[in-house]
Amino acid sequence: MKRIRWGWVAVAAPPVIFIGYFFVYPLIRILVLGLSELSVGASGVEARLIRVGWFTLWQATVSTVLTFLAAGPLTWAVSSFEFKGRRLAMALATVPFVLPTVVVGTAFVALGWQESIGAILAAHVFFNVAVVVRTVSTLWSRIDPRIQEAARVLGASEWDVFWRITLRLLRPAIAAAASIVFLFTFTSFGVILILGGFRYATLEVEIYRQAVTLFDLPLAAALAIVQLVGVSGALYWYSRYQERTAVSWTLERGTNLRRPKGRARTGVLFATLGTLIALAIPLSTLVSRSVTGTYYQALFRDDPVVGVPAHSVLNSLVFAVAATLLATIIGVLAATVITGRSGELSRWFDLTLMLPLGTSAVTIGFGFIVALDWPVDLRATRWLVPAAHALVAIPFVVRSTVPTLRSVPAETRDAARVLGASPFRVWREIDLPIVSRAGMVGAAFAFVISLGEFGATSFVARPASATIPTMIFRLLSRPGQTSFGMAMALSVVLAGLTAAVVMAIDRARFGELGSF
Amino acid sequence: MRLIPRISTATLVLAVALVGCQGEEQTEIPETLTLISHDSFVESAGDTFDAFTTETGIEVELIPAGDAGSLVNQAILSKDNPLADVLFGVDDSFLSRAVNEEIFEAYESANIDTVDEDLRHEDNLVTPIDFGDVCFNYDKEWFDQNDLEVPNDLDGLTDPTYASLTTVEHPATSSPGLAFVLATIDVYGEDGWLDWWAEMRDAGVNIANDWNTAYYSDFTRYGGGSSIVMSYASSPPAEVIFADEPPETAPTGVIEAGCYRQVEFAGILDGTEYPESAGELIDYMLSVEFQEQIPLTWFVFPANQDAELPPEFVEHTAIPESPARLAADEIAENRERWINEWIGVMEG
Repeated sequence: MKRIRWGWVAVAAPPVIFIGYFFVYPLIRILVLGLSELSVGASGVEARLIRVGWFTLWQATVSTVLTFLAAGPLTWAVSSFEFKGRRLAMALATVPFVLPTVVVGTAFVALGWQESIGAILAAHVFFNVAVVVRTVSTLWSRIDPRIQEAARVLGASEWDVFWRITLRLLRPAIAAAASIVFLFTFTSFGVILILGGFRYATLEVEIYRQAVTLFDLPLAAALAIVQLVGVSGALYWYSRYQERTAVSWTLERGTNLRRPKGRARTGVLFATLGTLIALAIPLSTLVSRSVTGTYYQALFRDDPVVGVPAHSVLNSLVFAVAATLLATIIGVLAATVITGRSGELSRWFDLTLMLPLGTSAVTIGFGFIVALDWPVDLRATRWLVPAAHALVAIPFVVRSTVPTLRSVPAETRDAARVLGASPFRVWREIDLPIVSRAGMVGAAFAFVISLGEFGATSFVARPASATIPTMIFRLLSRPGQTSFGMAMALSVVLAGLTAAVVMAIDRARFGELGSF
Repeated sequence: MRLIPRISTATLVLAVALVGCQGEEQTEIPETLTLISHDSFVESAGDTFDAFTTETGIEVELIPAGDAGSLVNQAILSKDNPLADVLFGVDDSFLSRAVNEEIFEAYESANIDTVDEDLRHEDNLVTPIDFGDVCFNYDKEWFDQNDLEVPNDLDGLTDPTYASLTTVEHPATSSPGLAFVLATIDVYGEDGWLDWWAEMRDAGVNIANDWNTAYYSDFTRYGGGSSIVMSYASSPPAEVIFADEPPETAPTGVIEAGCYRQVEFAGILDGTEYPESAGELIDYMLSVEFQEQIPLTWFVFPANQDAELPPEFVEHTAIPESPARLAADEIAENRERWINEWIGVMEG
């Protein structure tokens, strides 16, 4: 006799409904529409598609590996040590992640890096370092140091401890970060268009070209399916890997940060400064170009063409708060479902939640247009913007929460149950405290994703309120020193806002530790 | 807690009432008309539609829908249940697709006679509202300092001295880039245009991926190495208006050779509940009152010949006399092939 567990239904329903309505349903509608007209493609197309597919795959793989190499030193430093400027360093490393590609593209071009595969890879690393640093350090800083100490006592060298213990324990977080970076670079669009041009097209660029420029919907739909299959394959492998390698161990409730001493001190100094300087080079061109006139003051003046540019900050913040709330609630519920149930169903659910990251923004945007006039017409309403942002942000919340949830030993929950706790009480007393901290990492990402206007919003009809990125784009697409200067100034404001928000969220997380 | 069921009942009643309103013929004046357009139009619109609201009592809600291509595609995808009453911003390069998909309802504007015949659509399916010319711009200061003449035709540009100082945008990734390729096809014809490009390639022309890179990175005015870049006829006035301190004369000039004219149209979306009011909105967009706001708001030229240009546009730029232009059908039919042939020559 199986009893329906209403508690589970209540937890699972919101994420299932959300992802079903805002992702699966529009995706199916647009693909069916595209494929229903499919005929045999023109000759010569296949050769280009094979080239595009291969380029997409290898550049994403190489970008992911390079991002890990670049992020490694800083991740080590912020995960192991407490030092002055640690939180600031983490916040600064997050800034590139949110900058509009057109701005970063301008900065890279100003440095003379363009039209090359090197520029593309460098930009991908620049954007994604934050994903690795933040995702991996959450887990790393909370490894029980007694495990490593025990190994040292038994004669293991520092290297052995790192290679055999730390890295093994970190595998779920590494896989999580790798999957996100891979998906982001696999679907890279703006970076490729600006720095690579037509020669280095990814599937994402090709889908845009076929759908928007040439209106070859059947071919675009076929490409979207190729992209989906590739992404699903990578994700399926990843989710099996993650399940296999998750190790339950007693996670520390707080972080285990030491003060660096001796050689470690030098190491931390080099790792932190080195990374920040490298990230600062492209950023510094923005800052230096923004201060050559009175451009910051100009942001508050009523421009004859674009209005008061500073108003876009308010619009962005409103959307970001809404998207963050939505993504965090849905994401944490989804993570609870995924970790609470093992097996195929939960694996497919997990995979579906990740898919929006690997689906072309054009596909999702056009899907909204054909599908979301039912049951109520949501197209071109305010609701669409936070929903579209949340779609991209939920995977971050899920990915930063699941590894932490998985590492809670089942015995802890069992013990609570034996002692008579209700399922809700178990969740509230055991899972929630752990989840809320990991959830904050995801929330920070959700917030900056919305600030940066990721995803389908650039391809859908939406309410007419300019956000920071669209205002920057607007200013950058008209001639004149002031236009350019204001665009740079607004980019610096966006960077500063990102850093401030991320630091505030990190601090909130830190303060909360006192309650345990 | 008691409140919740009551609220949902109220919402339900409201929803039913709203649904009931739909599907009626236009018997009265709507409170709001929606106009869908590309981002750059909507984000700059400001109070340009206020006069229409004062006059008719109808609010105009503007909906941005991405770039021009994304706009037309969305209108086509939603043609069974249109996103708006009026669409503005379709140009020659996307027009035939929109026409073939039958998304527009024909409308002859009361003000159409103010528009040059050349700009009009033959069946009045869409109404021309503005035009912009894609033209080479040159850096005046640079040419003065280097004591060089400004080239005045496309043949002169293939001289290595000039070609190596020139930046154009890639036609596959940039709209002005494509426009200029179309201009060369119009000037040299199907037989000759690729030869011109081959000469430019050998003489060292620079190709940028987008307008932004061409103008703000490659142009000598902004620290780059090219003193001639493909931009717009309206760029010199913009350089004056958006300067830190407005100069007496524009720092850049327009080369009239090789200009290409892009016309932007508005159309009533088929299936609107308010075709009559939508027509009035199009009349308003073609009225002198609205048309005279166009140059300084969107940096393109008014289609209505009675509209006066602002002094910045009179002083600092010229409207090219015989810009190139190709028929919408011809563009739609050949664009992909032309781009590929261009890539074949330029990138080998």
